[in-house]
Amino acid sequence: MIKAEQKPMEEILRSIDPYKKILLSGCGACVTVCHAGGEKEVLLLASALRMARKKIGKPLEILEATPSRQCEPEYAQELSELSEKVEAILSLACGVGVQTLVRFFPKMPVLPGVNTTFLGETLSHGIWEERCQACGNCILEKTGGICPISRCAKQLLNGPCGGSSKGKCEIKKEADCAWQLIYDRLSSLGQLYKLEEIIPAKRWGIESRDSGLRRIIREDLKI
Amino acid sequence: MKAGSNLEKILSKGLFAVTGELGPPKGNDVSVVKRKADLLRGYVDAVNVTDNQTAIVRMSSIATSSLLIQMGIEPVMQMTTRDRNRIAIQSDIFGATALGIKNMLCLTGDHHTFGNQVDSKNVHDLDSIQLIDCVRTMRDQGTLLGGEERIEGKIEIFIGAAENPFADPFEFRVVRLAKKVRAGVDFIQTQCIYDMKRFKEWMKMVRDRGLHEKVHILAGVTPLKSGGMARYMAKNVSGIIIPEEIIDRIVKAKKPAEEGIKLCVEQIQELKEIEGVHGVHIMAIEWEQMVSQITEMAGLLPRPKGE
Repeated sequence: MIKAEQKPMEEILRSIDPYKKILLSGCGACVTVCHAGGEKEVLLLASALRMARKKIGKPLEILEATPSRQCEPEYAQELSELSEKVEAILSLACGVGVQTLVRFFPKMPVLPGVNTTFLGETLSHGIWEERCQACGNCILEKTGGICPISRCAKQLLNGPCGGSSKGKCEIKKEADCAWQLIYDRLSSLGQLYKLEEIIPAKRWGIESRDSGLRRIIREDLKI
Repeated sequence: MKAGSNLEKILSKGLFAVTGELGPPKGNDVSVVKRKADLLRGYVDAVNVTDNQTAIVRMSSIATSSLLIQMGIEPVMQMTTRDRNRIAIQSDIFGATALGIKNMLCLTGDHHTFGNQVDSKNVHDLDSIQLIDCVRTMRDQGTLLGGEERIEGKIEIFIGAAENPFADPFEFRVVRLAKKVRAGVDFIQTQCIYDMKRFKEWMKMVRDRGLHEKVHILAGVTPLKSGGMARYMAKNVSGIIIPEEIIDRIVKAKKPAEEGIKLCVEQIQELKEIEGVHGVHIMAIEWEQMVSQITEMAGLLPRPKGE
């Protein structure tokens, strides 16, 4: 799922400084799961912001809402009525959710309250780690199901660099070397022969991230 | 001959090659290049020019290599995939060969967060193996990577790459070397060797696959200046293994720098005896003045002419 982290309080306060009344919108999906922008975080942040603004003599009125999925039109539209009563929306959804609101409320400033960080997995309670960069051309079949695009700091496709030491990456000592993981995985699957193959240069510009705005059109689903 | 460089000629004659290394200045001061070049001239067959090593911004390896040619030294231009996409890579190869550069070392490069521009966006459009394949395609097929597009002129490059027998997973290192050979590499320079046992083990794996007959392997050495340096490298540099007895020997020496040179000479002599090692790559980092002494003591002088 998409992972996010709440922005620092000072940055949020700076961005909403011009406004007296805002809508604070969370999202019931990914950011709820990673505790960055769900109903609970909306409640806590709203009260922290009110207190901070009261302290400096610039009271702030905050309406609160947490649509199930802020990135889906039908849920984003639930905010229409509330949005008419405020000067700006502070969104705790990911960057996608923010932009859905931007599309629906053309005259309303929409400000991000979180940094969208990565597509990741929950390792244990309170620990998440990146797993996918949505490159658009999955190669997990070749690499034992471990992604070197998201998990290798140099996105190497043909094995580890010289900085792989005792299973760890030299860039971040706490990070596992993706290619050590790939090696171990293919070894336990009895598929080490897969590593002999040269994986050619990735087609970043045609089938992938750098091809310009990506769009999926499913004719069978269009109404 | 693939490029006809001095290094290629020496290696293809079956002579034991010696290469050195020169780090370009952190600016455009040509006198720094000249000073280092003067310390290396005549003692090595070719000089590696690093490409913004450890991601510290320096004079470009192409420009520095070109200066070395003017100074009468044959360069091995290093090129990393960290800072260039395949457009810039191929354009730079056109430019480098036009300037007379005939040896090139294909590297992935140190991660940009180690350097002095930590906020930069890294590239890694290709990895080092794909870079080898790219240069080989340009040279042998006369076309650009992945395309039918003909190159105007002729790319003549002796293709090198690095290999690190001391990084992990150990068993995979030789597989990676085999991939580099398949991609078209002509010579390999290794990471600096202190753990001779592990290097010999790796070389055995290289020979078992017959790779020593397909690629020239130049063993990397770096003289240790002090006990502090030995300890620092052993502890902090990933992919370098320095056995305790070597650290001890340098730490306990009355004159650590002299002991470091002596050790380096002994290592070269030991490496020369290993089947499949076709040369040494001496990386005397900011200690270029010792290269004359090391090569003299190791019996590597005078350097043969490739002609």
